[in-house]
Amino acid sequence: MNTLLQIIYLFASVTFIVGLKMLSHPLTARRGNLFAALGMTIAIFGTVLIHDLEISSLKYVLIFSALIIGTALGWISAKKVKMTQMPEMVSLFNGMGGACAALISLIEYHHYIGVNTAVISILAGLIIGSISFSGSMIAFFKLNGTIKKNYSLPLKNTVNNLFLIGILIFAIYIQINNLPEIYTYILFVISLIYGVLFVLPIGGADMPVVISLLNSFTGLAAATGGFLYNNKLMLTGGILVGSAGTLLTFVMCKAMNRSLSSVIFGSFGASSTAASGGSDIVLGNMKEISASDAAVLMNYSKKVVIVPGYGLAVAQAQHIIHELELLLESKGVEVKYAIHPVAGRMPGHMNVLLAESNVDYGKLSEMEEINPDFVNTDVVLIVGANDVVNPAANNDPSSPIYGMPILEVEKAKHIIVNKRSMNAGYAGIENELFYDPKTSMLFGDAKKAVTELVAELKQM
Amino acid sequence: MEKFILENLELFYFVILAIFVGIEVIGKVPSVLHTPLMSGANAIHGVVILGAIIVMLNCNDDDYLNLSLGFIAVLLGTLNVVGGFVVTDRMLEMFKKK
Repeated sequence: MNTLLQIIYLFASVTFIVGLKMLSHPLTARRGNLFAALGMTIAIFGTVLIHDLEISSLKYVLIFSALIIGTALGWISAKKVKMTQMPEMVSLFNGMGGACAALISLIEYHHYIGVNTAVISILAGLIIGSISFSGSMIAFFKLNGTIKKNYSLPLKNTVNNLFLIGILIFAIYIQINNLPEIYTYILFVISLIYGVLFVLPIGGADMPVVISLLNSFTGLAAATGGFLYNNKLMLTGGILVGSAGTLLTFVMCKAMNRSLSSVIFGSFGASSTAASGGSDIVLGNMKEISASDAAVLMNYSKKVVIVPGYGLAVAQAQHIIHELELLLESKGVEVKYAIHPVAGRMPGHMNVLLAESNVDYGKLSEMEEINPDFVNTDVVLIVGANDVVNPAANNDPSSPIYGMPILEVEKAKHIIVNKRSMNAGYAGIENELFYDPKTSMLFGDAKKAVTELVAELKQM
Repeated sequence: MEKFILENLELFYFVILAIFVGIEVIGKVPSVLHTPLMSGANAIHGVVILGAIIVMLNCNDDDYLNLSLGFIAVLLGTLNVVGGFVVTDRMLEMFKKK
């Protein structure tokens, strides 16, 4: 291959590796993305233009048309969708990549019949790409609400696993017997079906994990293309995403406090649900957050609301929380305190506590005043408060606190709850807020937890 | 088998090293970056488009079936690449400091 093209591929490989690394830190993430995009763009143009082949103008027109149309469609759809639609767009574009890999395999098979190593790469790319394509499309339709239910066949795990084994056996059969092309089309269709069967039973809340897994599958499919053409860039990009994507999937599972097998095979994840009083609603899964992650969240917010509760008083954390407030404000974050009339053990408890640490009185907002603001709030930090933010007061007529006006924190974008443990609050009931998808738990003594937050923020 | 390994030794090294690089690069990711990172990785595996381009460059001018399939493959790959990078960029807009 042409030396210039090899150098371009080397450069692009570097942009992928460095770009991906930069994507794991908030300060460099955006530039990392652009850097990788730069490498990709140069590599694409290099591949189209730098070669010793005789290419007709018609072909160039076709190639560039496909590039231009794809760019226009991709750019416009990516720019126009709402932020809430981002995960489904990731799934959609992932599916496109999978379909691309599958098509490449379908086209190339009959050129390589009999060449064992090539055929293995081709069939692997076909299977993985097809599963990734159909699975991603199902995930897309689940996330945008088109598919509402989780369809589970009886014995679905056994059926799915047998299906997969069947696909592998069929592929081996094709390879060993050098079967004609038509058989690869059959393999294509049954792989598509498997992709559907794989994703269909999984719940919408687990979709991000599934998309991450399918993401790494498409990376693998790209790598098989790299093996086929001995294209080092496809190999680099493919293996990098296959490996990083797999790890990211496990990291995401851990952050959700679920195991990957419970996501895929559907058993109940680990969560503490000791329903006592109130209704029998299934509470779901709780997420924990570390002080450093919480600090990152707050650092990049425009507006943070702190909800103090009795736990703040118990821990005597009113001084350190003032320090947190000042630190956030010095970083340009607007900070307010939401004071519920019955927070703490008496009305005015919180006002007194915060006055003691010289918190500016203007920063304390009463419940009626601040409730409409939660929709515009990026992070709500709940420190030692429980019942005053329990949605059961609005939603659950059988709850002892039903009818009590509460702070509507569930309308905010992120909710971080600091508690010492999962013990119930003053009213002795479960709080479904802790299981809300937007909520993360920061366990620990209030003073210790807030001190850690301050330390983390100081490093940013 | 032994011959296969010996002939492709460098490739094996490459694959193993690349896997480790992928793992290392993810390292300690704050959970708030999980989705943008996934989106960025999604865009990067759009490199599969190079395979589609190679297919089109190598096929016969009168092989209309494969030219059409190749065209579709390039289009799909472009969607992955462009859509992927733009979506990632949008997600990361919120990390702009004021």
